[in-house]
Amino acid sequence: MKVIEVRNLHKRYPNHVAVHDVSFEVAEGEIFGILGPNGAGKTTTVECVSGLRTPDGGTVRVAGIDPVAERDALRRVLGVQLQSSALPEKIKVWEALDLYASFYPDPADWRALLEQVGLADKRDAQFGKLSGGQRQRLSVALALVGKPRVAVLDELTTGLDPQARRDTWELVEQVRDSGVTIVLVTHFMEEADRLCDRIALIDSGRVVATDSPAGLIARVGDEQRVRFRPSAPVEDSLLTALPEVTSVSRSGEQVVVTGTGNLAPAVTLALAQQQIIPGDLRIEQATLDDAFLALTGRKLA
Amino acid sequence: MKKILAVETKLLLRDWPAIVFSLALPVGLLVVLGQIPDLSKPDPEFGGQRFVDSQLPAQMILLALLTTSFTVLPGVLAAYREQGVLRRMSTTPVHPSRLLGAHLLINLGVAVVAVVLVILAGWLVHGSTPPEQIFGFALVCLLGTAAMLAIGLVIASVAPNAKSAPGIGSVVMFPLMFVAGMWIPREIMPDALRMVSDYSVVGPFINAMRDTWAGDWPQLPHLAVMLVGLALFGGLAVRLFKWE
Repeated sequence: MKVIEVRNLHKRYPNHVAVHDVSFEVAEGEIFGILGPNGAGKTTTVECVSGLRTPDGGTVRVAGIDPVAERDALRRVLGVQLQSSALPEKIKVWEALDLYASFYPDPADWRALLEQVGLADKRDAQFGKLSGGQRQRLSVALALVGKPRVAVLDELTTGLDPQARRDTWELVEQVRDSGVTIVLVTHFMEEADRLCDRIALIDSGRVVATDSPAGLIARVGDEQRVRFRPSAPVEDSLLTALPEVTSVSRSGEQVVVTGTGNLAPAVTLALAQQQIIPGDLRIEQATLDDAFLALTGRKLA
Repeated sequence: MKKILAVETKLLLRDWPAIVFSLALPVGLLVVLGQIPDLSKPDPEFGGQRFVDSQLPAQMILLALLTTSFTVLPGVLAAYREQGVLRRMSTTPVHPSRLLGAHLLINLGVAVVAVVLVILAGWLVHGSTPPEQIFGFALVCLLGTAAMLAIGLVIASVAPNAKSAPGIGSVVMFPLMFVAGMWIPREIMPDALRMVSDYSVVGPFINAMRDTWAGDWPQLPHLAVMLVGLALFGGLAVRLFKWE
């Protein structure tokens, strides 16, 4: 079932067009990524979905609700964590949750939510004293306190250290497992790859492609490279005979095999049959960065 | 709304120096200035009243109102806009205008405290009588506070960021205190200045406070100027205020 439908969204600002033409659909229960470089129109797109901006063209529906015409109805089904929106420095964690819970007719139990996002021991800490990761966790909790069907998370991990980023990713997966559909806005390829079921690649206000991460990568060709140092000499013919292999080259002691499909298992199996151990085995695959480069001619980051 | 009010009051009290300063300065000045012998003698310029009887307390009430309305309120609101507090709230079913409403109510509360403290200090330290036409005085204070808060909202609307808001407030505040007669009482102002004073919202506010202090009802022109000021700046604030 489609929870969000965006058709031909268009949004102008006085001096430039932020969103030219964006269309996508988000299915119930998925993590849908909106991936693109800074200034691609990602945030404007989700602001239109969240009813914070009025589109200049196109239609937006969230659970059948028109975000502009039915402001209140939208806010009961949609929780939003916005980039660059903070809380007063001196508000305590529990006060913020208690306050935001009071904004909804049927809120979640914020104490349980506090446990879920791992901030139970920061209950009485002031917002200004929280670390970046803790602020984002609180922000996610605030987006969930109204028991939304859909949560929009904008640039959730920007500015976080790698550990905090990984912890936040786990939290996002937990939230999805609890039945909330998630729209994740990001410019991190790794984040989109790890979390998203499907991704809309956005560039200069237009959707370049919408697909699963693997599907997007496959569009640039699923060429892969396997590198290893063999424990005994290897004949090229042993490897080129495999249907997955397209070419074999050598650099010093290293053998570099290029191919498609299940290349790595095929190569290691063939080597094992000759009792050759591939040392320092490395598999190189195309990434979302490569896909973005191939689809737009520009680098993602 | 109750919860917003409770949380915002707590937050303001956690930032207590600003509030304490806006209350302590006028009360302190009232006590100290009242020690100057010339100011505590009956003066024919004031119809035989002492300066400390109603002129000084009225000015000090104005000072307290101006400090909270022109610096504290715009500072908080501009910071909330800058940090995205208003923006975050607009993603919930409750419109951020409730937050603004809570701050207006809190400021009204602070104004009541300021008025009570100034009257109490004047009474205890200088033996000044409290306002005699109490209902008229309450009406004048309410109208004056509302007009000051409306101007404060306009300042919050035009301030580009949280740092500049209190500064802009101070820049507007000092000329207003001047025309209100903080340094030259209205009675000895040159005619031109007195005319400016009479249309400056703060001038009529001081005069109406002094009238009611002495037991008279406030004069209609005074109330009218304050009402026009309230409508004008209130309308301007509604048009200019940006939520993000």
